[in-house]
Amino acid sequence: MWLRVGKRFHRLNHRHCVLTSKAVCVQKLHGEFTENNYEGLYPGHIPTTPIQKALLAVGSGVAALQNPYRHDMVAVLGETTGHLALINLRDRMRNDPEGYTILTERPRIRLSTLDLSKMSSLPDGSFGREYLRFLEDNHVTPDTRADVKFVDNEELAYVMQRYREVHDLLHTLLGMPTNMLGEVAVKWFEAAQTGLPMCALGAVLGPLRLNASRLQSLFTSLGPWAVQNGRRARCVLSIFYERRWEQSLEDLRQELNIEPPPVILSATNKRNT
Amino acid sequence: MAVSMRQLVRRVIRLSNRNINVTAGGVSGRSGCCWGPSSCRCFSDRNTHFGFETVPEAEKAKRVYKVFENVAQKYDIMNDAMSLGIHRLWKDALLHVMNPQPGARLLDVAGGTGDISFRFLEYVRSQQERQKRRVARTMQTPSWQDISNSYSNEDKDGPQESKAVVCDINKEMLKVGKQKADSTGISAGLSWVVGDAEELPFDDDQFDIYTIAFGIRNVTHIDQALQEALRVLKPGGRFLCLEFSKVTNPVLARLYDTYSFQVIPVLGEVIAGDWKSYQYLVESIRKFPDQEEFKSMIEDAGFYCVQYYNLTGGVVALHSGFKL
Repeated sequence: MWLRVGKRFHRLNHRHCVLTSKAVCVQKLHGEFTENNYEGLYPGHIPTTPIQKALLAVGSGVAALQNPYRHDMVAVLGETTGHLALINLRDRMRNDPEGYTILTERPRIRLSTLDLSKMSSLPDGSFGREYLRFLEDNHVTPDTRADVKFVDNEELAYVMQRYREVHDLLHTLLGMPTNMLGEVAVKWFEAAQTGLPMCALGAVLGPLRLNASRLQSLFTSLGPWAVQNGRRARCVLSIFYERRWEQSLEDLRQELNIEPPPVILSATNKRNT
Repeated sequence: MAVSMRQLVRRVIRLSNRNINVTAGGVSGRSGCCWGPSSCRCFSDRNTHFGFETVPEAEKAKRVYKVFENVAQKYDIMNDAMSLGIHRLWKDALLHVMNPQPGARLLDVAGGTGDISFRFLEYVRSQQERQKRRVARTMQTPSWQDISNSYSNEDKDGPQESKAVVCDINKEMLKVGKQKADSTGISAGLSWVVGDAEELPFDDDQFDIYTIAFGIRNVTHIDQALQEALRVLKPGGRFLCLEFSKVTNPVLARLYDTYSFQVIPVLGEVIAGDWKSYQYLVESIRKFPDQEEFKSMIEDAGFYCVQYYNLTGGVVALHSGFKL
């Protein structure tokens, strides 16, 4: 009798061994995928309490002021302060048919999604060609945008991400290079358009780093132009840029209700702000 | 150099366990595990904690390595910001309790950026100065015989030289520490070694003092680290451990928890650009055993006269034990 009990026990143990070893194999696979198994509403999401958001807003504001080259801090500031503005933007997108398509299809602007060879073969004056020229002249790529981390709504997080990725395209549309003056002009436009507090802050504090001649240029011609156009232009997030590379730049500007810039700034104006 | 029989047997058992792990891993690829239940337990299917997450043991070391690789550059700044500079007082307290004398050999495990070792060398140097001054004060009227003796004994400082070895598993942290040493000009008596606290690259009975400051909670098998500490210490050597622990006062505990979970990850994001590493840090503090439990772990490893001191109300505990 004991022999039978013993055999059954051994068989049970054997099955237990098999199960545990299989479980371990599954767990090992799971272990490799832990980076993809995010906790949060979207990849990269870090849930935060209101206290943490407040502290982040203050901290990132201070850090960004001290060192404007900390783009991640500017990004965090935008995310933690932009809740109402993001809701506003999302509603504007929903009410626009093309914007609604973007919200459903969720395109992302990345080097991997752009067909660079096709875009460089487009005629001069077309949106795609000018965008490529802008990227080359200013030595930037669309892949340097930080991911959204602290927005607690999946759709709003996408709107924020879209805003960041559209920023470069805005430079092309407005004809502004990436030097300090160009960036401030674009920030004024964005502040007027989106109402994001981070844009407003950048618009107010950016000019502090400009020299006198550029300040004058900003306040007399570029500034008013940027603000006026920001107010009256169509919502720039609602444009499906990825399907409009062949469209001529002038045409696109007219459609969006944006006047061409009053002053032509060249990308080589990077000497001193 | 005579290795005791017990240590030899222990090492053989550990090695054979590892062998079983390797072979069991190969066997379980098929559907059968024909070696019986005991070998399955040796197979590393054990889980451990990584902060509040549960991960396989093999993965914990890798993830901890990545955390410290990411934070190495900003480690010291973050320490000052998170503890409002109080970590310096904790480390000074460690040195005061240690009270090293000139000629002592220190092993600073998980020493990373070298804070303890720098303090050790400074302390020993000031002790040496003090001794010299004391000798000079008592020998104010030396005879000619005394003077000639002191000239011939001038290079007696050789065996008095104190040495500190900084050992860390993470090369980035050691790199930062070395840069700090170079910039402050401390290099005499300091060496930097890459090593795992669970398997130290040193012979038995080498060091007078073993310290591990804010490192032992990141080790996967704390008991192995404690056994290694016992092994490399000389008889009469002292084990000292500085680590975050349980706060005794409930009001302070609530404040401390709020501060840890609300403020510290934010500081990590703003200063170092890394939220997740600092979230791991505050979670790993909660998973570490409290003062009494850690004391009994140290006693189990074979240390004597184990005691602990609570610093800052229990936020940090300083454990000490002797190898006799």
